Amino acid sequence: MTPAVAIQGVWKFYGDYPALKDINLNVNAGSCLALIGRNGAGKTTLLRILAGLSKTAKGSITILGQDARAENTRRSIGVLGHGIGVYEELSAFENLRLFAKLYGIADPQKTAREWLERTGLERVRDGLVREFSRGMRQRLAVARTFLHNPSLLLLDEPFTALDDRAIAVLQDLLKTARSEGRTIIMSTHQLREALELATDVALINRGKLAYTGPRTKEMLADPAWLYRNYGEA
Amino acid sequence: MNFLRQALAIAGKDLRSEVRSKETVNASLSFALVILLLFSFAFDPGSEQVHEIAGGLLWLVFAFAGTLILNRSFARELVNDCLDALISSPASGAQLFFGKCLANYVLLVFVECACLPVFVIFYNSHWPAQWPSLFLVILLGTWGITVIGTLFSAMTVNLRLRELMLPTLIYPMLIPALMGAIRLSTLILAGEPIGADDQIWFRLLVAFDIIFTILTLALVEIVLVG
Repeated sequence: MTPAVAIQGVWKFYGDYPALKDINLNVNAGSCLALIGRNGAGKTTLLRILAGLSKTAKGSITILGQDARAENTRRSIGVLGHGIGVYEELSAFENLRLFAKLYGIADPQKTAREWLERTGLERVRDGLVREFSRGMRQRLAVARTFLHNPSLLLLDEPFTALDDRAIAVLQDLLKTARSEGRTIIMSTHQLREALELATDVALINRGKLAYTGPRTKEMLADPAWLYRNYGEA
Repeated sequence: MNFLRQALAIAGKDLRSEVRSKETVNASLSFALVILLLFSFAFDPGSEQVHEIAGGLLWLVFAFAGTLILNRSFARELVNDCLDALISSPASGAQLFFGKCLANYVLLVFVECACLPVFVIFYNSHWPAQWPSLFLVILLGTWGITVIGTLFSAMTVNLRLRELMLPTLIYPMLIPALMGAIRLSTLILAGEPIGADDQIWFRLLVAFDIIFTILTLALVEIVLVG
């Protein structure tokens, strides 16, 4: 079976500093990979490469059988990074309609309205984002990530700094995505939440892949188990 | 068609944001008016000397004011990491760039059109009889400034000194377009006909716009993603 994401011999340098060292990793379609590691381990760098936001120095990446920067690949990916990726001077509705247009969705207005409803933002649909609370912005960012029904979700620390309502919205959407057989890759420091959702785990230590495999019961019972056994001393 | 649709979506977004915030147009327009005022103190308005350099004065103002608009073009995408959201979308770098060019072009032409009557008043000049030709020169010259400026705005977006770097980088690149625009504008503002010898400046402007539009569209993907 062709993996949804195939990473082969990937290296990435920032100047002379190797941020990723010979990463080899396959992610099967329908699985949920928790990408874990300490700060600066290389998780965000790897996710940025997968999202087509950065190039590798060496190695290759195939997503759904195609190059990461291919138009069809980008159409199939939903990216939720550190920034919320929505415009302050546009309304919630205008933001979602813009991204629906960019993703080539047939009826951008209808899709924008649907996602405002799903994320509980229909009441403030015409409010400018600059007037939104943090939690409302985060829910809008979640809507932007999911509105084109991506088959691969790349989430960089998705639960960090979310309020309880945004966490509930995101968890609900992720569970639905899992049940629909979508592939999820998420980096996180919140081990317990991530491991509960994950089918597979990859641990990165200083740019090197230290562990990759299915999530086990030991990990779920003791989230620090991975760090103790495979983490850096 | 799809190329244009995506580009127009980006342009519409930029223009809508600008209409609401007015941050670059206000800064650019007031800067342009202040320079026009200062130049009017430096030169004797209505003198023969001013008529000889009128085109140069006008385009210096346009170029200086233009960099203020162009500087913000990609910088505004840094807020909330919106640039990442755009680059990871299916819109290509060329679509994104062209959309930004269209928005910058509209804003620049607006500022230039607002400056023209002020220029005529401050410099005791007459509204040129060949105003359609002047308008054509402005449209052609401004497109040159826009494509070069937007590309370098993308290149310098992550630099700490981008406000300084952008003008330093784009003005040398713009010399051919500015030369053509200045020469033609000076003739038109002086009420002189554009002779066969001066037609070459029109051709230079058109060629500059075409060549750099194609080049920038081809290069921008590398600039944005590496």
